[in-house]
Amino acid sequence: MSGMTMSQKILAAHAGLSQVQAGQLIEADLDLVLGNDITSPVAINEMSKFTTKGVFDKDKIALVPDHFVPNKDIKSAENCKCVREFARKNEITNYFEVGKMGIEHALLPEKGLTVPGDLIIGADSHTCTYGALGAFSTGIGSTDMAAGMATGKGWFKVPSAIKFNIVGKPSKWVSGKDVILHIIGMIGVDGALYKSMEFVGEGIKNLSMDDRFTIANMAIEAGGKNGIFPVDELTVAYLEEHAPGKKYTVYEADPDAVYDEEYTIDLSTLKSTVSFPHLPENTHTFDDIADIKIDQVVIGSCTNGRIDDLRCAAEVLKGHHVADGIRCIIIPATQDIFLKAMEEGLVKTFVEAGAIISTPTCGPCLGGYMGVLASGEKCVSTTNRNFVGRMGAIDSEIYLASPAVAATSAITGKISQPSEIGL
Amino acid sequence: MKAAKGTVFKYGDNVDTDVIIPARYLNSTTGEELAKHCMEDIDKDFTKNVKKGDIIVAEKNFGCGSSREHAPISIKAAGVSCVIAKSFARIFYRNSINIGLPIIECEEAADAISNGDVVSVDFDSGIITDETTGKSFKGQAFPPFMQKIIDSEGLINYINSSEDK
Repeated sequence: MSGMTMSQKILAAHAGLSQVQAGQLIEADLDLVLGNDITSPVAINEMSKFTTKGVFDKDKIALVPDHFVPNKDIKSAENCKCVREFARKNEITNYFEVGKMGIEHALLPEKGLTVPGDLIIGADSHTCTYGALGAFSTGIGSTDMAAGMATGKGWFKVPSAIKFNIVGKPSKWVSGKDVILHIIGMIGVDGALYKSMEFVGEGIKNLSMDDRFTIANMAIEAGGKNGIFPVDELTVAYLEEHAPGKKYTVYEADPDAVYDEEYTIDLSTLKSTVSFPHLPENTHTFDDIADIKIDQVVIGSCTNGRIDDLRCAAEVLKGHHVADGIRCIIIPATQDIFLKAMEEGLVKTFVEAGAIISTPTCGPCLGGYMGVLASGEKCVSTTNRNFVGRMGAIDSEIYLASPAVAATSAITGKISQPSEIGL
Repeated sequence: MKAAKGTVFKYGDNVDTDVIIPARYLNSTTGEELAKHCMEDIDKDFTKNVKKGDIIVAEKNFGCGSSREHAPISIKAAGVSCVIAKSFARIFYRNSINIGLPIIECEEAADAISNGDVVSVDFDSGIITDETTGKSFKGQAFPPFMQKIIDSEGLINYINSSEDK
């Protein structure tokens, strides 16, 4: 037998097996099952069909109403009520009400609920985010969530993997978003279909934890089952701050692990990257971006609503003003990030620049509320999908970019990078 | 055992979950409600034209994007009996199996079948027949474990029946 990848080792350990190989079907024990206000009501309804009642472990379920919260309409309020009542009835420890909640994939690592070596499923496709901490973490649907909540187990087809060897150091305005958009542009929106994306190499030390969260978060945008990083000093420091005392296991890939493909990504050569409508793989750098006038900018989401992202946006916006006629919407992903942004003066910078600040919500990313686009409008967004109609009207356009590009574009009113305003 | 037969609605690459069921309808959870808006942003006439038993055929990466189970639920509730594609996004694939919506990967069928053809599918053999052109194709068979979930008409029933033993 050949060696195992990081992802395979975590799956093997949770299935009670010493060895697994790609393609093998396994049943494995879950460390955390996650749902939000869109997916949980469907799962809760499915739960009622089980002959066994109740949840497997009230401490290993996380319910985070974040998509249409605070509620945008009566139906979404009813859905949240359903989740709230289920959480109360089953005494779910990690239910996050408005006031405590944040965007799930920023909130759970912050609360120390996702640690290295964990096996996590979530009824949200961006559950792959926690791979940044060395966990195996993947998105599933509501029925899998229901089965996970009831049994504490899930079935998995052991994935093969693509290895991304990260080298070099990125330049000032190049961030995790540019890295993952570059990769998706290179391998396509199904380039990692059914596979793990394993990021390794000496260049990883030059990526902040927030950069890594952004990269792992968008593994799904390449079709990936999960994205995963090794644990290093930065990871350990993050865990000491957010999950003090919590035990975890670090898994490393075997030296003879087999990969379907291997790529080297030299961070020093990467440029600010923008995904054009209507697929994340339609990437461009500013070498071939003409003047594209925009109507709106969104900085936030599970992809780019963390403190590094807000610091970057503030650094660009400081002393500037959002262009006339442009709406710039900034959404800190959690209450703690919001508070930090206030303490550091970022919120003041945003308001002075003419941007607005929202309470944590997924809202505009999926065309829910807080920034829905009208017919023909163009938006530069730090979110993760630019599909047809994703943020509103079916003939609106979404350009995915980093916080640096989004903030600069808000100032110029067209898709721009920081060098265009002398930064 | 199970078979499907119906008229084909043909689509291209990367049909994402946002066009299958736009997020503006995700405040609903029932199949009946979701079915009214199925495929709305890619084919606004789909719900007017689809009949019980009809079949969706698409190219690669069908169902990419979000984990919303609302997507396969809306397709199933709209009356679609089977989705055939060159490949499926993995969460959509799981969700379809878990709710008992038959889906089959078959590159040749996706290439050869045209919009409006009448197609039949035999789930036991994986044989897809384009009755309009007379051509047959062999779809990828399910691993036995998934076949059991499909035979139980979904994951919950499968788990319930496993626990009874």
